[in-house]
Amino acid sequence: MISLAGTIPSPKCIVREKLVEVEVVRGTTLVKRGFAHMLKHGVIMDVTNVEQAQIAEDAGAVAVMVLDKLPYDVRMAGGVARAASLRVIEEVLDNTTIPVMAKCRIGHTAEAKVLETVGVDMIDESEVLTPADEERHIWKWSFTTPFVNGARDLGEALRRIEEGAAMIRTKGEPGTGNVAEAIRHLRIVNGEIRILRSIYESGDEQELVKAARELKVCYELVAETGRLGRLPVVNFAAGGIATPADAALMMNLGCDGVFVGSGIFKSEDPAERARSIVTAVTYHDDPKTVAEAQRMVDEKKSMEGLDVHKLELKMQMRGTA
Amino acid sequence: MLRVGILGVQGDIEEHTLSILKVMKSNGLKGEVLQVKSNGELSSIDGLIIPGGESTNIGGLISSRGLLKPIRDRLYNGMPALGTCAGLIVLAKKCYDRVVGDKSQPTLGVMDVVVERNSYGRQKESFEADLDIPILGAEKFRGVFIRAPTIVDIGSNVKVLSRLNDSIVAVQEGNIIGTTFHPELVEDTRLHRYFLEIIEGNIPQSKPRFLP
Repeated sequence: MISLAGTIPSPKCIVREKLVEVEVVRGTTLVKRGFAHMLKHGVIMDVTNVEQAQIAEDAGAVAVMVLDKLPYDVRMAGGVARAASLRVIEEVLDNTTIPVMAKCRIGHTAEAKVLETVGVDMIDESEVLTPADEERHIWKWSFTTPFVNGARDLGEALRRIEEGAAMIRTKGEPGTGNVAEAIRHLRIVNGEIRILRSIYESGDEQELVKAARELKVCYELVAETGRLGRLPVVNFAAGGIATPADAALMMNLGCDGVFVGSGIFKSEDPAERARSIVTAVTYHDDPKTVAEAQRMVDEKKSMEGLDVHKLELKMQMRGTA
Repeated sequence: MLRVGILGVQGDIEEHTLSILKVMKSNGLKGEVLQVKSNGELSSIDGLIIPGGESTNIGGLISSRGLLKPIRDRLYNGMPALGTCAGLIVLAKKCYDRVVGDKSQPTLGVMDVVVERNSYGRQKESFEADLDIPILGAEKFRGVFIRAPTIVDIGSNVKVLSRLNDSIVAVQEGNIIGTTFHPELVEDTRLHRYFLEIIEGNIPQSKPRFLP
């Protein structure tokens, strides 16, 4: 039983066809959000080539995310960051048994259609890449492939779901190795959900309408969030996770799983780090096992961190409309 | 009191929990659902669900945390189990990927079936379809197939519960049920009810039985 709230009437993404004798339907909210539910309690790892994808799969990642450069390197390189080369994405698709995701630029519908066509399992409309449209995100109800979007607060999260996102992640501050922003965003979302929950329980519908206006999102999604006491889609943490303890902390704060971007392949012990973070996510509520996971990595080999207060580029400020 | 365990390593654990609690409530059964992540929890349960998720992750973690043998022992001793999608792959004797081919991954290997992973293709190819599952009654069951596997071969003791076209999508071998689709994602709880009936029927005779 999963929530299907916010589904628009007859979205373009629905495909009805015959599979031999049987009538099947693809691209439904159930199939798209359901895919995200299979990733729960798992780790999705950023990779830039097939070798890294192999390491991630062997370490127990639930999916890999293909990028041209890791977020840390995107920062260092500057310029315009776009979707990864299709050659790399297709090579990863052909050699990986776990789901393969790829990032496209915010608002870049054509880049996303390309990714859907080559057959990635999920598209991340990501602030790590340079936004193509500063005003609008992609209308994700036109895609059979599910989308994940970043959010800093509940309004952003619900607006992305209203546009058709099947999964949400915190934005954090990508490529910094600093988990503070991801924690801030998750706490903001959780705090706002608590308020909606108490309004919902009070039975004051007018107050829910007022909340919907403030969040700039439809009433149905606001009421459903209040009823559930959580987002109606799977919510992962992302942005700055670098150690097993970082991942365990995010899980303890109530997210459904984690994305690790630069944290693994900008470290000097990627295979051990990947395995240790996978263990820490599953056993996040057991400090002994998290300590065991933390022992698998060496702090001297962690990625170099960046002070978020001194950054010239705040990726989290992209695509907030 | 029934104690149903959900393997709590990875995947849609909470969705199975909700389905089981819903059946317990509507049937007036006394019981509880607990997540199984260690040996200690395993010894106290009457039945185990292995949820949907990624089979490489679930198999890898139960192997590295020393749970393969204890779970296998309990299953050989007759503990009922339900595996959905990745859960079925973890239960199967043999599996391979449709595109990548044989990939060594740790599994329980207790069910006499061969499973092809990602059998219909990638997520774009995922679908919903109505299924006939005669043991659950005449009413169709909404099957949700997400990057689903198919069962390509079965042993002589394995009973087919449902097919989609020619491919097998649900099986039962003794007390173990496997499906390639996700009953935990839909409101219909008939399959979970059927599983609970197996557990209930099993409890009186679940005193020490020994390996063949």
